[in-house]
Amino acid sequence: MNIFVVGLNHKTAAVDVREKLAFNGQKLEEGLMRIKTLPEVKEAVILSTCNRVEMYTNVKDTVKAYESIKDFISEFHGLDRGSLEKSLYAYENLAAVKHVFRVASSLDSMVVGEPQILGQIKDAFEFALRKKTTGILLNKLMKKAISVAKRIRTETKIAENAVSISFAAVELAKKIFTDLSTKSVMLLGAGEMAELAAKHLVSSGVKEVLVANRTYETGCSLAKEFNGRAVKFENFVHEIANTDIVICSTGASKYVLLKEQMHYVMKERKHKPVFIIDISVPRNIDPEINNIDNVYLYDVDDIQGVVDSNVQGRQKEAEKAEAIITDEIETFQKWQSSLDSVPTIIALRDRADAIRKEELERLLNKLSGLGEKEKKDIEYMANAITNKLIHPPTAALKEDAEDKDILIATIKRLYGLNEKEE
Amino acid sequence: MNTGTIFFELALTFYFAATLISIIAFFKSGKTMEKVMLLLVVLGFILHTISIISRYATAGYIPITTPHEATSFFSWCSVLLFLILELRYKIGLLGSFIMPIIFVLMLSSSMLSRSIKALSPVLQSYWLGIHTVLAFLGNAAFAMAFGIGIMYLVQERYLKSKHPSGLFQRLPSLQSLDEINYRLITIGFPLLTLAIISGALWADKAWGGYLRGDPREVWALITWLIYAIVLHARLMAGWRGKRAAILSIIGFLTILIAFAGIKLLRKGLHVFL
Repeated sequence: MNIFVVGLNHKTAAVDVREKLAFNGQKLEEGLMRIKTLPEVKEAVILSTCNRVEMYTNVKDTVKAYESIKDFISEFHGLDRGSLEKSLYAYENLAAVKHVFRVASSLDSMVVGEPQILGQIKDAFEFALRKKTTGILLNKLMKKAISVAKRIRTETKIAENAVSISFAAVELAKKIFTDLSTKSVMLLGAGEMAELAAKHLVSSGVKEVLVANRTYETGCSLAKEFNGRAVKFENFVHEIANTDIVICSTGASKYVLLKEQMHYVMKERKHKPVFIIDISVPRNIDPEINNIDNVYLYDVDDIQGVVDSNVQGRQKEAEKAEAIITDEIETFQKWQSSLDSVPTIIALRDRADAIRKEELERLLNKLSGLGEKEKKDIEYMANAITNKLIHPPTAALKEDAEDKDILIATIKRLYGLNEKEE
Repeated sequence: MNTGTIFFELALTFYFAATLISIIAFFKSGKTMEKVMLLLVVLGFILHTISIISRYATAGYIPITTPHEATSFFSWCSVLLFLILELRYKIGLLGSFIMPIIFVLMLSSSMLSRSIKALSPVLQSYWLGIHTVLAFLGNAAFAMAFGIGIMYLVQERYLKSKHPSGLFQRLPSLQSLDEINYRLITIGFPLLTLAIISGALWADKAWGGYLRGDPREVWALITWLIYAIVLHARLMAGWRGKRAAILSIIGFLTILIAFAGIKLLRKGLHVFL
């Protein structure tokens, strides 16, 4: 029994390779069934996301298994072995366990701490369960990986802070306003990043979207996209009096909003807080505006700074997470070694042999006048009895059962094998 | 030891445990920690209430006139408000800001003389209960507003500096803090107003004259004026957020100065307090 992981991810393969190797839709079931039928493979789970394709398996011989899995992939996806081998990595046993734990905990992700991967792992495992391609070892491994990921999520702050500009904007907005569903946002100008930030705000429940664009028609069509309202660009300063969040990206070469104007706006809105995000480069909003009370102005560098420090924070938390993983690998290893039935089988046989020898000796000493043949017969009988008695537990120990660890413990206890283990 | 004292000690012990947990929760965030702390505060509060009631039964008047009683009762009012705030707004970190202060108050109360003194004739009036309970509840509301005001300034600093870190994630939004601050002042202000009015009526009855130029009266009026400005400026000129937070901090500092100053000078009609 060897846990064996073969795969590739965003670090080892470019997107054109990853997409070729993806197991999506019908391919997942087909691939899973095919890999399970490889002679080396006893259990299999396939994880296929846009950033990684990985096969978690339980194999007899890792070297042979690696070859046959590579053959299978290159044949299944129609990719030549050469370019495949460049992007593949493989881990066995403890390294494999560690890898699976790290993937589930999002330590191996492009964005460390991103939450999607855990759901994807769960899906992959559940699919394999349904298709009955897993057994005792992978079931335990996957369940453990999921629980480790959850533990890391609760014990560290790895997933706490936003690590993209648009999410950071939402996060900041939530620390200024209590309830975004009563707030409105204005898009000043249009740009990809500004629209993305607006989208995130909308999905966080913002009440209303206003669009002010130099070309009114462009503004109208953008407003439609957000189910919002277009306003005349000339009027935008006036409109800020009724808007709580402004996302600015106009591409103007000069400031479009000056400090004096903002003073006027704040009076108009009775100093209710306003959050202004200036994504434009060069900046479109006078940075001095941030000095006005209840105005929170962030330019693109400010938000990037927040993102950077969040990324650093996650890196720190990742160290804690690695420690948890080391800890959990140990418990997994203990469980796995408890699965090994060979020492128990040997101990059971030794115990039976010892009893047989002892009793035979005693008996033969007592019955002194026996001939060689009688002695042989008695020895034969004693042998047969012990063999027949220990055969069923030995056979049970050799099976791959879900509750094998319990079985081993039970047999040790029933036969008093616990005193000395080797 | 009588029952009142025993329950007071028990309450102090529970507040102490809650304070320890609140300090741990400050450094190591966790929902369980906050729940445990809240449970300890609730238990402490119940014990504290029993101790006050039993002292009331022994003394025969609302136990609020000796320094020991006054600090204990003020702590009681603060814990009451804290629990209401927790129930209503669930601001996790608030406990870490409030509980240590409450514990220090209770500790000083425990070190002051606990003897029950006979009330001077002038205090033997139903006005005593009305006036002091109103004043103490009002001041406790201002104390909470002070704590919330500090939290507001900390959070505002994080946002303005563009380097949100540390407590940023765990502090509530500015809007929430501002609203709670406002709510507390709208609770504290009428209580203070009624306390001043009842005090004046009482003074008139006892000494024949609404105002006697007692330093406590002067300071109460100054405090009243400050909070009147806070409310007026918010409603009329939109002084919210940072300015409201600063004003509520100044307001409570005024109350503290009044308390400490009068205590040290030991002059005027409120000497017994």
